[in-house]
Amino acid sequence: MNLIQSITSKVPTLPLFATSESRQASGAAEVKTSTGTNTAPGTGKAENKMRMETHDLSVHYGSTMGVRNVSLPIYDKQVLALIGPSGCGKTTYLRALNRMHDLTRGARVTGSVMLDGKNIYDSEINPVIIRRRIGMVFQKPTPFPTMSIYDNVVAGLKLVGIRKRNVLDEVCERALKQAALFDEVKDRLNSPGSSLSGGQQQRLSIARALAVDPEVMLMDEPTSSLDPQSTNRIEDLIHELKKQVTIVIVTHNMQQAARVSDKTAFFYVGDLIEYGPTNSLFTKPKEKRTEEYITGQFG
Amino acid sequence: MKTLLQRNIRDRIMESLLVLSTIVVLLPLVIILVHVVINGISALNWDFFTQELGSPSRAMQGRPTGLVHTILGTVVIDFLALFLAVPIGMGAGIMLSEFPDHKLNPTLRIMNDTLNGMPAILKGLLAFVLIVKPMGTFSGLAGAVALAFVMIPIIARTTESALMSIPWSIREAGLAIGLPRWRVVLSTVMPAARFGLVTGTLIAFARAAGEAAPLLFTSFGNNYLPNHWLGMLLGPTDTLPQRLYSLAISPYSHWHSMGWAAAIVLLVFVIICFGTARYLTRKKT
Repeated sequence: MNLIQSITSKVPTLPLFATSESRQASGAAEVKTSTGTNTAPGTGKAENKMRMETHDLSVHYGSTMGVRNVSLPIYDKQVLALIGPSGCGKTTYLRALNRMHDLTRGARVTGSVMLDGKNIYDSEINPVIIRRRIGMVFQKPTPFPTMSIYDNVVAGLKLVGIRKRNVLDEVCERALKQAALFDEVKDRLNSPGSSLSGGQQQRLSIARALAVDPEVMLMDEPTSSLDPQSTNRIEDLIHELKKQVTIVIVTHNMQQAARVSDKTAFFYVGDLIEYGPTNSLFTKPKEKRTEEYITGQFG
Repeated sequence: MKTLLQRNIRDRIMESLLVLSTIVVLLPLVIILVHVVINGISALNWDFFTQELGSPSRAMQGRPTGLVHTILGTVVIDFLALFLAVPIGMGAGIMLSEFPDHKLNPTLRIMNDTLNGMPAILKGLLAFVLIVKPMGTFSGLAGAVALAFVMIPIIARTTESALMSIPWSIREAGLAIGLPRWRVVLSTVMPAARFGLVTGTLIAFARAAGEAAPLLFTSFGNNYLPNHWLGMLLGPTDTLPQRLYSLAISPYSHWHSMGWAAAIVLLVFVIICFGTARYLTRKKT
């Protein structure tokens, strides 16, 4: 599928979107505008590959609208930050990306979410498979209460029938190392997951999500309940992770968005107001509301 | 504006009323316990736990008599009922809690509440039609089915509330790592709710164990121990609540005191169940 064509076909209805997208239409321009540290060395082509994309994505809860006609590209091995005041729809949008709304009573999703060119809302798509490819980390750490640290990490494998001890051991160690938790827990893998501190539990949740090898990781304010030190560790982790996975992160903290992301999308009462490379969105916002929000005039 | 003294007096009066109602609640329990123990303790002896009841003449001639067949029958029927009721009741409870959007859910909820409020004797009638009529005989199996109907709605409701007490985030975390829904319920939600599940099951068990009405024309009763253990399932079988009733309405004083003794055994049985349930819930908090 020609991605650029598919975006430009949306442009007329989305003037805000068009400005940022037209810039990305050229691979070379994209590398320059992206924040320096995040740009992979080598070709701009790899950098520009689109992993996911939403078209006119709307989510309704009963008669109220959560998110309205959001079209966004999500680039491979980049971090997309979703910012905006409380209730602006950023979490609602995030949850639509791995069909988490399937379980929410009265929630209805329209539009499409493309993953590698296939709409994940198509009727023949199994949401369970989608969620293995698109992992999620929640605002509050959610270790499974009755499981050990080890069992928590390998739950996604063990509970679907993978029982080989050496495979599980390997995955457990790899995931815990990726989540920068291995050294702290390697001597007590059999103690309950709930015995860890809040920051460790959150990294455990990340390790558990990584154990099933997702291609995309959705993070819903992963550091909002953590102290500054744990927050730092998780931000470092995001920098490491994006070498391998594509990340979409919802955050209330604009400094965090600026620190960890390549692209930023600003939401306001259910609408996507502005999207662009993080650097330019924070330094030269095009929309007045974006500027007001990032300079702290509301929110 | 009332004086401080007046307000204090009102406060005292209200407190006394509360204490009074507490006593009114506790008193029947104490009376039952004391009365049952005083009347029944003399009949609790070795024979009581090792001999079968037999005919009335057996007691009058001073030959050993007891309720071993009743105790065994109660254990067999109650546990068979539990075995039948747990999968169905828990299944219904999972449906109520985990699949609120399912189209069968509202119907199930109404039916379950109706079943829960239905007089127990009607459940006996149901088992009579379903099991006794086709089999052509009263049986322990029919009694177990009747008691299962007593247990199922209770287990379903307690399962529902135990599962609902587990935060929704646990389910989402399970789904987010690509687990199917049934697996999430079975491996993450149910283990987390295990104390609540066990407690609810024990409460249902204790409730059913005390029921006489559904057993009257299902397991029917039997004065003798069957020759073969299958006889308990396939033929008329004795149970404590129903035996207690028939002993109590009998004209023999010896049987009356055995009835009181049966009441002690039944009480201990039920108290152990409720006590275990209480202990488990306390441990959780």
